[in-house]
Amino acid sequence: MASNKVVGAVLVAGGGVAGMQAALDLANAGYYVYMVEKSMAIGGRMSQLDKTFPTNDCSMCIISPKLVEVGRHINIELLTLTDILDIQGQEGDFQVKVRRNPRYIDMSKCIACGECTKKCPVKVDNDYNESLDKRKAVYVQYAQAVPLKFGIDAQKCLMLTKGKCGSCQKVCPAKAVDYEQKAEEITLGVGAVILAPGFTPYKPKDFETYRYADNPNVMTALEFERLLGATGPSMGHVVRSSDHKEPESIAFLQCVGSRDVNRADNGYCSSVCCMYAIKEAIIAKEHAKYDLKVTVFYMDIRSFGKDFERYYEKAKEKGINFVRSRIHTVQPKQDGGVRLHYVTDHGQSATQDFDMAVLSHGLVITGETLDMSYKFGLKTDQYHFAQTTSFAPVALSRPGIYACGVYTGPKDIPSSVMEASAAAAAASSKLASARGTLTKVVNVPAPVDISGEPPRVGVFICHCGINIAGVIDVPKVVEFAKTLPFVEYASNTMFACSQDNQEQMVRLIKEKRLNRIVVSACSPRTHEPLFMETLAAAGLNKYLFEMANIRNHDSWVHAADPAEATRKAMDMTEMAVAKAALLVPLTENVIDVAPSALVIGGGVAGLNTALTLSDQGFKSVVVEKDAHLGGIANRIHSTAKNEVVADYLEQLKAKVEADQNISVVLGAEVEKVEGFVGNFETTLTTGEAVKHGVTIIATGAKESKPTEYLYGQNPKVVTHLEFDEKIKAKDEAVAAAGTFAFIQCVGSREPERMYCSKVCCTHTVHTAVHLKKNNPEARVFVLYRDMRTYAQKEDIYKEARDLGVIFIRYELESKPKVTAAGEVLNVLVHDPVSGRDILINPDYLVLAAAIVSGREHELAMKYKVPLDGDGWFFEAHQKLRPVDFATDGMFMAGICHYPKPMDEVVAQAQAAAARAVTVLTQPRMTVGGIVAEINQAKCSSCGVCVAVCPFSAIGIDPEKGKAVVNEAMCKGCGVCASSCRSDAPSLRGFTNAGLFAQIAAAL
Amino acid sequence: MSQFEPKIVAFFCNWCTYGAADLAGVSRLDYPPNFRVVRLPCTGRLNPKYILEAFKLGADGVWVSGCHPGDCHYISGNYYARRKFVLLHHMLEAIGLEPGRLNFSWISSAEATKFQEVAKDVVEKVRACGPNINFRKAELELGLSEVA
Repeated sequence: MASNKVVGAVLVAGGGVAGMQAALDLANAGYYVYMVEKSMAIGGRMSQLDKTFPTNDCSMCIISPKLVEVGRHINIELLTLTDILDIQGQEGDFQVKVRRNPRYIDMSKCIACGECTKKCPVKVDNDYNESLDKRKAVYVQYAQAVPLKFGIDAQKCLMLTKGKCGSCQKVCPAKAVDYEQKAEEITLGVGAVILAPGFTPYKPKDFETYRYADNPNVMTALEFERLLGATGPSMGHVVRSSDHKEPESIAFLQCVGSRDVNRADNGYCSSVCCMYAIKEAIIAKEHAKYDLKVTVFYMDIRSFGKDFERYYEKAKEKGINFVRSRIHTVQPKQDGGVRLHYVTDHGQSATQDFDMAVLSHGLVITGETLDMSYKFGLKTDQYHFAQTTSFAPVALSRPGIYACGVYTGPKDIPSSVMEASAAAAAASSKLASARGTLTKVVNVPAPVDISGEPPRVGVFICHCGINIAGVIDVPKVVEFAKTLPFVEYASNTMFACSQDNQEQMVRLIKEKRLNRIVVSACSPRTHEPLFMETLAAAGLNKYLFEMANIRNHDSWVHAADPAEATRKAMDMTEMAVAKAALLVPLTENVIDVAPSALVIGGGVAGLNTALTLSDQGFKSVVVEKDAHLGGIANRIHSTAKNEVVADYLEQLKAKVEADQNISVVLGAEVEKVEGFVGNFETTLTTGEAVKHGVTIIATGAKESKPTEYLYGQNPKVVTHLEFDEKIKAKDEAVAAAGTFAFIQCVGSREPERMYCSKVCCTHTVHTAVHLKKNNPEARVFVLYRDMRTYAQKEDIYKEARDLGVIFIRYELESKPKVTAAGEVLNVLVHDPVSGRDILINPDYLVLAAAIVSGREHELAMKYKVPLDGDGWFFEAHQKLRPVDFATDGMFMAGICHYPKPMDEVVAQAQAAAARAVTVLTQPRMTVGGIVAEINQAKCSSCGVCVAVCPFSAIGIDPEKGKAVVNEAMCKGCGVCASSCRSDAPSLRGFTNAGLFAQIAAAL
Repeated sequence: MSQFEPKIVAFFCNWCTYGAADLAGVSRLDYPPNFRVVRLPCTGRLNPKYILEAFKLGADGVWVSGCHPGDCHYISGNYYARRKFVLLHHMLEAIGLEPGRLNFSWISSAEATKFQEVAKDVVEKVRACGPNINFRKAELELGLSEVA
């Protein structure tokens, strides 16, 4: 008999980027989270990456704030070195048995000084650097690890294996080493479980043809990534493993262990390898101070995500060579290089020599993960990925257990992050009644009153490993800082952002009674919030903080001139100290949050967002400009997993109609918008005014109308959606037809629209399979540029080929020619393999017309959110905040962000709801801080500030007749302060005095 | 003889040009180390007095850079900045300031390469103007700063 107990806690297994996002969204929405990680530290695969595509953001720089946020979150309990043994119970009330393995270091005592590592005599392959170098048996996983605590490798430690040595225990100043630690089993009570076990990179050692096992200059892409990394074995210097020489040429071999059923048993596409290979190629060329030759050997380039196609084009412009061929033999050369044998696109044999080869290996599910799926009763597909459906993309086959990240299929970071938020929403959908029952309240100490105290500035100068200290003489800057006015304390630190250092900063602030803090490190754009939180934790008003960006603006760009770089760092630190000394504590105000949402767009994305919000008990208004719900999904026949869309849509609409929390306004658009996060007021074209705390934009996109291939002139030429409608209607002419041709990339991947529409290749092969199954005699041709059936969708491509669908590749320069002669349609295409022109006479020519954005400029302006150059709504961060806008309280879902298939639309919709819930669960939120204020004694009521304020945040107080600022609406731009002729307004945090002091210190 | 190394004060908005400078760092795009950056939320915050103050205290050049027209994080702050800047530039030129000393640009947070190019260009332009003697506060010329 099932109990009705609902537990307000969730277990998240896996501390990679997906697990971290799920944990943070849950913890910020009122649920207690147990984060279980089997290794010593969280961070996962992303912590190993040097850069991320397509923005080339430094991977560690962007996850580091997340690592710290998870590590310090009061409602996330981190259980490292922990395995899950058993899951009992049912949704709402699970008992999860876990085993906490010994670290042999007492975490409460370890101060991460590293003395143990220095003395440890055992050298072991360093898995963080993919075994390219060695670590010790007592070690820390990586420099920025959270938690930053050492641990002992029990398999390698001499004391634990043979009972002799013990040197780490002898040298540890904190007495943290404990060889007697034992594993312990505990049971955790949770309402739901999220599994994010991630992947392991495919190991090509069994591939004799690639000589990976016996040639050190044949590396995997992850090894090469570590080679590029500043914290890697050669500190970012690209050299061959065999002789440490700089290679003159590098070959990338795509699809190693992917799209291969002959040797690897992995029929799927790993989705990310084309992009990471392009990234590594670009970065390698940038690192090399000479003309490094890079060639990528590929089958299809799959740059299908947002901004990916331009990244690919950019790589070509940078001189990276792309050759369409699968390498069949790698022959070792005397000089340590390789000779590649391959067959060209035109069927000729060719060879080419390279100094190094990089194998773009795929993502695979480990045996351990497969065992886990089996043990917990979770269905998997033939490749061992966990099974889901298009309409519930994060729900596993056992109710109450959810998944995110690569566990359900190969995917990139933003897709994993979207799924993570979606999993947070889905996992908590049945737990809303227990929200807030197990969470603890953050105890920020009341800020110390520093009024009347002279400034006591603390200066922390970061080495950032070697990123800063490799160029700048940090000790010299520290000594200089000590001489500056009001500086009470100055010191250097290896990683200012690491958790132990944050804790030390708190201690020092209290101990030395510091009342202004300056950190000379990286960019305030990424790290200011982190340090401000540290100030708050130390009981200091968080605005008493200033940063000097001596990494991005100094050591990284003046590496050739260390003396000047050091001098600049001193100046920058002086400027920061000068400004800091004049900072005053700023107050924040509390405003009420309207606990409801406005969802703009009533398609699959909008409706799923509204339903997910309703699960959490929040009301929403869905506004749809058409007279009916469902959007483009109304025209789609079935998904890639053969689910019938019409049936799903009917259920979805019925659920929405029956939901008390959702009201739908049809035939309406947004007319006028006022307010801000927590307190939006939107007037619709129907005249209805809606008050809402958050806004979700889900306005979708459109299928373009092709202007070529006789579209619109010949009834046999139709678009994908038009053809789907015929299939849906069981069109007799289609059923009777014998020949079909599809043309891909119609209007996509062209100079004026340089992006891939992402869904068309899969939809074409899916439709082709449907046609072949209905009529095996039918002749089906697909004319394509690169087939982009990513992830498990590759199986459909293979099925289509097996069923006899003919695929013919064409180049952008020689597009198919379509002409009509009476009733007959002629499609002429040049086949590069046979070198001949092929004539097809299809009964239907189906065009994969590009998906185009709605270019919603007006809507974007009303809510003050950006669009990118293609008209897609532009997210706050392409990697880590794919559903948020930079503007607080604004979120997006579905194809208004970028084209994507049904499962990804549903995931993003659930994700948008999860992100929105983190705002809506707070009954009140704080605003203010860096906002303008008016010195009314100076105000002459001229109204200039009122006129210039871009946010209508300033008005004239009718009683006093003076200007007054609405702090909730002020965004802190400072236009008023620089426009007033009497200097009446000033911008807190950026006052005239502070800026003058900075200018003086600069000179 | 080593060439003249000018001192330049730069005012960047947080959202665009400061971001471009961050990205230039990430991409390791090197440029001359002659300027010091004052970070502002928006170029709209730039009071013309700051530019005058920089010259008065001995800056050889000033560089103001913000978001492209239409990209301002605060909707229109960069337009206000442009108006103020153009007016000030005309005034300073009228009283004898070499136009190359005062520079203005639009650089988005994604334009690291443009940032590098403009940075080099600004330094060269200011270098060509030579040391700022005419706009420096008089006391400095009298050598009083060394006495103090």
